[in-house]
Amino acid sequence: MNPTGYAQLDELLARLAGIASLDESALEAEHTAILGRKAGALTEASKQIPTLPPEERRGFGAAVNQVKAAFEQAFTARRAELAEESRRRALAGVDLTMPARHRWIGSAHPVTTVIDEITEIFRGLGFVVAVGPEVETEWYNFHALNFPANHPAMDMHDTLYVDATPVPGDRGGRQLLRTHTSPVQIRELLTHEPPVRAIIPGMSYRNDPFDPSHAPAFHQIEGLAVDEGISFVDLKATLVHFARRFFGETTRTRFRPSYFPFTEPSAEMDVECQLCHGSGCPACKGTGWMEILGCGMVHPAVLANCDVDAERYTGFAFGMGPARITMLRYGVTDIRYMYEGDMRFLGSLR
Amino acid sequence: MNVSRRWLEAFLRRPLDARDVANRLAMLGAPVDAIEPLHADLAAIRVALVEEVRPHPNADRLRVCTVNDGSAERLNVVCGAANVTAGKKYPFAPVGSTVPGRPPKKPALTLDRRKIRGEVSEGMLCSLEELGFEPQDDGIWELETDAAPGTPLLEALPLADDRLVVDVTANRPDLLGHKGIARELAASYGVPFRLPVLPGAVDIDVPPSRRIAESEGAGQSGTVTGGVRVSIEDTEGCARFHAAVIRDVRVAPSPGWLVQRLEAAGVRSINNIVDATNYVMLEFAQPMHAYDMARLHGPAVIARRGRRGEKVVTLDGVERAVTEEMTVIADERGAIGIGGVMGGSGTEVHEGTTDVFLECAWFEPGRIRRTRSALGLSTDASYRFERGVDLWNAAEPFRRCIELVLTLAGGTNVDAPADLWPRVTHPPRIFLRLPRVAQVLGVELPLHTVEKHLVAIGATVVSKPDDGRIAVDVPGWRPDLVAEIDLIEEVARREGYDEFPSDLRRFRTGNVPDAPIVAASERVRDRLIAEGLLEAMTLPMVPVSGEGIRLLNPVSEEHGMLRHRLLPGLVRQVELNWSRRVRDVRLFEIGAVFAPGSAGELPQETPRIAAVVSGSRAPEHWTGAAPDFDQWDLKAIFESAVEVAAPGGTIEPDGEGWVVRGPDGRAIGSAGSLAADAPPWAGTVFGFELELHAGPRPPVRFVPRPPTPSSERDVTLLVPDGIAAGALAQVLSGGGVTVLESVRIVNAYRGDRVPDGTRSVTFRLTFRAADRTLEAAEIDSAEAHLLLLLERETGVRRREQ
Ligand SMILES: [Zn+2]
Repeated sequence: MNPTGYAQLDELLARLAGIASLDESALEAEHTAILGRKAGALTEASKQIPTLPPEERRGFGAAVNQVKAAFEQAFTARRAELAEESRRRALAGVDLTMPARHRWIGSAHPVTTVIDEITEIFRGLGFVVAVGPEVETEWYNFHALNFPANHPAMDMHDTLYVDATPVPGDRGGRQLLRTHTSPVQIRELLTHEPPVRAIIPGMSYRNDPFDPSHAPAFHQIEGLAVDEGISFVDLKATLVHFARRFFGETTRTRFRPSYFPFTEPSAEMDVECQLCHGSGCPACKGTGWMEILGCGMVHPAVLANCDVDAERYTGFAFGMGPARITMLRYGVTDIRYMYEGDMRFLGSLR
Repeated sequence: MNVSRRWLEAFLRRPLDARDVANRLAMLGAPVDAIEPLHADLAAIRVALVEEVRPHPNADRLRVCTVNDGSAERLNVVCGAANVTAGKKYPFAPVGSTVPGRPPKKPALTLDRRKIRGEVSEGMLCSLEELGFEPQDDGIWELETDAAPGTPLLEALPLADDRLVVDVTANRPDLLGHKGIARELAASYGVPFRLPVLPGAVDIDVPPSRRIAESEGAGQSGTVTGGVRVSIEDTEGCARFHAAVIRDVRVAPSPGWLVQRLEAAGVRSINNIVDATNYVMLEFAQPMHAYDMARLHGPAVIARRGRRGEKVVTLDGVERAVTEEMTVIADERGAIGIGGVMGGSGTEVHEGTTDVFLECAWFEPGRIRRTRSALGLSTDASYRFERGVDLWNAAEPFRRCIELVLTLAGGTNVDAPADLWPRVTHPPRIFLRLPRVAQVLGVELPLHTVEKHLVAIGATVVSKPDDGRIAVDVPGWRPDLVAEIDLIEEVARREGYDEFPSDLRRFRTGNVPDAPIVAASERVRDRLIAEGLLEAMTLPMVPVSGEGIRLLNPVSEEHGMLRHRLLPGLVRQVELNWSRRVRDVRLFEIGAVFAPGSAGELPQETPRIAAVVSGSRAPEHWTGAAPDFDQWDLKAIFESAVEVAAPGGTIEPDGEGWVVRGPDGRAIGSAGSLAADAPPWAGTVFGFELELHAGPRPPVRFVPRPPTPSSERDVTLLVPDGIAAGALAQVLSGGGVTVLESVRIVNAYRGDRVPDGTRSVTFRLTFRAADRTLEAAEIDSAEAHLLLLLERETGVRRREQ
């Protein structure tokens, strides 16, 4: 800055250049000495302004302000410089490989995640989510679903019975833990006129002791579509669409004949093995395929049991085990991990 | 069902690839669980001719043989078997090869060139047992083969086979025999199939069976064949009974081909008679039984109901009590076998048997299922009968069985076999409509295609009436075909499921909303995940204790009851984590709990949410450990859960924890510390459990937030014990000061600096007006008003400094 012509101010100006090399405490001392509110040199100079003759006031006042601004700028610049220096010094001493400070993070159960994904895909196909009771009567669990009494088809459904008075009436019978989510199909058909399009997640029960691939209680997810004009082609199309959305757009599928009392034609859908992609490996027993779900056209007898006109309406149904699909997806080797609550397991599959 | 590839080849008269067969069967609805190669471990074994046998110079029991193994040189082989004979052929294991043996009794052995008592031995002449077969005598295995020395044993004899383990569904009893499988494959390959020729079968003349209908008025049927009086008294349990007597048989071991075939199907060879019955069962899916006629009292064979107190010792040596609900086979003295399940040991065919009585019957499936289930005795026979054997074509397997017995054991069929069939029936006729086929399958198939598929399964298309229906007589071996839809499935199956298109067509969406509980569960799940908790799943079956819903047939005592609370299951999971030295546990579960319903009603199922936390409040960090979870953490999570799971619920202190009440005042959940089996290093377990309200979510409204600045005043009150801070906060909030935005508690102190029986609590009052910046004087007067109000209503005053 050029000299102001006022000796008092120009004397101060001589100190301006020195600010750039002051350390922190000297800087603050100099700030107090020059700009301090109580006894700063420039503050003192400002106080003189009203005492000057009017014709001098203006010139001197302007000079004081200019000098003040120059000093303020210099102090600000030096402070910023010092702050930057000190930040650099501080960083130089820190080991940045030290661990971060985390928070606990929650997660849904891996089976829930899979159920949600499956449900979302079917919601996109016009399905709504339905649920039903886990304790059922024989009628809902078996008879309405066209299970022949005293037939080997029952062998697949090793049933847990509840110690309770049988439910009287046509739709009653002994009380049992439902062996599949299919009784909800019956409840949906009994309560809604077609079109019925429901996706049904829920617990199912079998009298199987725990082993790596069986649990006495496990999740199932069931689907049902009943309307006029629904055919085997719709069944295939819906499930192929599902498989592509869930496993990947290029996933191949195949449908094999099978047997379930409540569907006919019945089928099982395989998807290409997620491990070997069809070339064959121990996980798929060398076939290149993995069994994912059972399905079929709703048996006319089931529709009739639900007072649905089986000549007018047709439908399809399917069911799958999300726990099994979870195991396939993540390579979990033992279903018991799903039900023991080990924090390390639950936290690792989010 | 274990299926032999070779047996199928004999049906189809062509070589088959096991993998290809498995693939075709899978696509026809009979997936193959496993393909087990049989005797592949004998690949190195060759047919060898023993040209000379000399005594061993240093051992009495050993011989030295000159062996022609097909190569130019002759080998020196030391052999210990007494039956080794010059000029005969034996299986030969060359140096370097391994024989499988039958571990553990006969371990596998790898051969090297070595001296045995001074004589060089270059390989081994093998016994059956050394090659993995059932031993029949002590000697080496004398081969009856024309194969030249050096021929691989697996080429010279039909030993190499694949066992296909076929998963047959409960509706397809016809696939429980090789013929049924061959029928499916024949149609798949487009080739004919015929019964295999029985090796060594001579021209046998078995007279046709004599059909015996209902005896007059008796509802029963009876006759005499070969000197045995045969009758059906229980025509409900036994609809048809073929009987024959064969005299002068020689019971002996079965020939190799039969042993191999049975073995490939997983059945052990017993003797030629029993093997003949098993062979026919494995071929036709029709169980057979043979009796030692000399041990039949009467001699008579009667199919009747069991009698109270009657007992039979079955073939497995177990004495079994029969009931009137069972069909038994009896002679004049009493029951000698359990019909369709297992024969009795008293009339078993044995080495000394000379005359046999053969049975080929049809037992009612439901009766067999109840019987085997009551006896806890499932057999190859009961398995087939309860699924349904062919009532109408039983003559063919029976004739096959007679021929096989005569071929294997000689003897004579002295009398025409009897066919007791009191009430003759026919397989059902089903009408099939082509438009219905198109309606169900979504594709219009021409009549000739439908017909072709039905013929392929053995059905007869009887007529083509003008009304668009075709009449189909189904084959007797398909008891599953009873209605039109069953034929539609057959058409689709034979057409090939993969042949149908799979492009999405128009559909109508479901016409009801999601079940409300679904959205409610999702909301509370999301909330607890946001609180840092992990979702767990526990089994709804819990150990039996106290009142509750018990299971009649639990998997175990540990799973004997339905849960009526979720928390105990979660606490067990906390303990499991502790047992694995995992200290920090944060789990929640959403699931149903069960309470008994009224008599004759289903239980009440209530959806609930529960959570547990224990251990550190945050992950460890080197700057300093986080404190453990405490009750205030629990209260926060609990409030958070109540907000979404039970909107409108009010939380109140209750003992050392909290209870939440619904709008109707009913307690719907609680929170507090929980008892657990804790190791010394574990933290306290805190948890809550709460009913999950499935109703619609209360509406959320936008509230404008004023941009004006707020002012805060901290007010420290001296609060005597017995006065709840929450109550004071309520007085302050409800004090009618409109510019009071919030009341928060920011500090609490109890100790020397306040009088006994009191504590100090600091409330932070936040003031704000939407339309202006508040002046200090206005806030001062509001604060003074609130303090006055507080003193008047509760007696609580400001703490003097
Ligand atoms: Zn694979």
